[in-house]
Amino acid sequence: MTELINVTEPDKLTDQPEDQDKLTEQLEEQEYIINMGPQHPSTHGVLRLVLSLKGEIVKNIQPHCGYIHRGIEKMCERLTYQQIIHLTDRLDYLSAHHNNEAVCLCVEKALEVEVPERVKYIRTIIDELGRLASHQLWWCSFGMDLGALTAFFYGLRDREKILDIFEETTGSRLLQSYNCPGGLMNDIHPNFQKRVKEFITYFRKKLPEYDELLTGNVILMERTKGVGFLSLEDAISYGVTGPSGRASGFACDVRKHHPYSAYDKAEFKEILYTTGDTFHRYKARIDEMWESMKILEQLIDNIPEGDYSAKMKPVLRLPEGEYYQRVESCRGEFGVYIISDGNKTPYRIKFRSPNFSNLSALNIIARNFKIADLIAIGGSLDLVIPDIDR
Amino acid sequence: MTNDQLKEKITAIEPEAVFSENKQYLTLSIPKEKLFAFAEKLKGSEALKFDFLFNITGVDRQKSLEVVYHLDSSVYRHVLVVKTETTDRENPRIDSVCSIWHTAEFHEREVFELFGIKFNNHPDLRRLLLEDDHVGYPFRKDYVDDNIVQR
Repeated sequence: MTELINVTEPDKLTDQPEDQDKLTEQLEEQEYIINMGPQHPSTHGVLRLVLSLKGEIVKNIQPHCGYIHRGIEKMCERLTYQQIIHLTDRLDYLSAHHNNEAVCLCVEKALEVEVPERVKYIRTIIDELGRLASHQLWWCSFGMDLGALTAFFYGLRDREKILDIFEETTGSRLLQSYNCPGGLMNDIHPNFQKRVKEFITYFRKKLPEYDELLTGNVILMERTKGVGFLSLEDAISYGVTGPSGRASGFACDVRKHHPYSAYDKAEFKEILYTTGDTFHRYKARIDEMWESMKILEQLIDNIPEGDYSAKMKPVLRLPEGEYYQRVESCRGEFGVYIISDGNKTPYRIKFRSPNFSNLSALNIIARNFKIADLIAIGGSLDLVIPDIDR
Repeated sequence: MTNDQLKEKITAIEPEAVFSENKQYLTLSIPKEKLFAFAEKLKGSEALKFDFLFNITGVDRQKSLEVVYHLDSSVYRHVLVVKTETTDRENPRIDSVCSIWHTAEFHEREVFELFGIKFNNHPDLRRLLLEDDHVGYPFRKDYVDDNIVQR
């Protein structure tokens, strides 16, 4: 780490212009260190970045995480598989349903339980609604990070409608815990299909507004185009997945390459860009919202009749062995790795969190850009801190 | 590529790899001394191209400490699980794979602080999640703490 700046005789420096010039000169010549966070508005959670700066150019970034490390993996070693669901919600709270689904699919795979078709469809629909809600929240806070406060209200206005649908069917707005091993906690609400269809019609009109309001905005263009490059090679090597990785051309969509639930029944495009700059990470998410709506439209009318859960024993004991399940959460590839010794609790459970790997690439993306660009780059990676700390 | 074909190709580059039963992914163990050279071959080989390391897990097997690597290929989409272990609990050391897959830097720091496994040639082996003065390795099975209630 670089040494802290040693300003020559700081006590004698006054606020006279010539003294201030001397100070500025020294700051521009030497690298100095400042803390960004842990409570910084643009990190959207408790993350501390130790920045080495030269002038206002970022030379090195050392992330310090763990402010909300709860040891969820260790806690899970004493919980049954039904109880674990309520902790995975709290990793990446904006992809709560995806995380739960990963655990459920992993347990079902281990027990060789075939869940009803109806469950697969409903899970996929809730997945995509969750993805829309998450990308809306990302879009509005990204706008806010760059100073466009109007975007914040537009995004939240539309997200509210999805949360209402969640509330009606799952009983909860953010951390749904709607999945359980074997199926779902309860059946969908009779209004569910109608409301989802209403929402799609509504949002198909509203999404072009996002482009009009922010995408074409000259300030946003200036601050994102050509800022923060991530090459394809680095994206793969650093394991940057999700829209952030796909903006660099890394075809990593788990829904496409290792399909689960009902994703093999729907037609959709994997959004790929090539430059890997901040603007394309932004575009990738906007385009993904269109694809999510496409998936919803194909599935919502075709939910098969049947049970909402397979018959499961009250106490689940996974056979001895190792099981892995990958799903595509809103921010990238989420994975669950269960090692079972035949007991009702896992011997070891590991969550592969997408944000953890995405954060590791922040240093090479933002290096040699200005500190103001770091805000845009950080926003475009869409980090959710509890998922990093676990 | 099926798991059997993959197995054949891997046996060709590393005859000492010991395969174990797993229905889902091809799983193998490798002595820790051979890990780095083997990992380089996995990424470098044109026929295998394991360029995407998506997970590193530390496991306390009680008799030994194990590190599990989950590998994917962005070209062929095949998955391989590589395991290596050390029986030394006092001063466990395993070679770092940071220079092959950069994502290992963070993952290995996490395994280091939670399991106490030191990675040779890691560029920056510091704590990542726990506070600097934390004593012990909390994810080991024999870890005790006043806050853990015994049942």
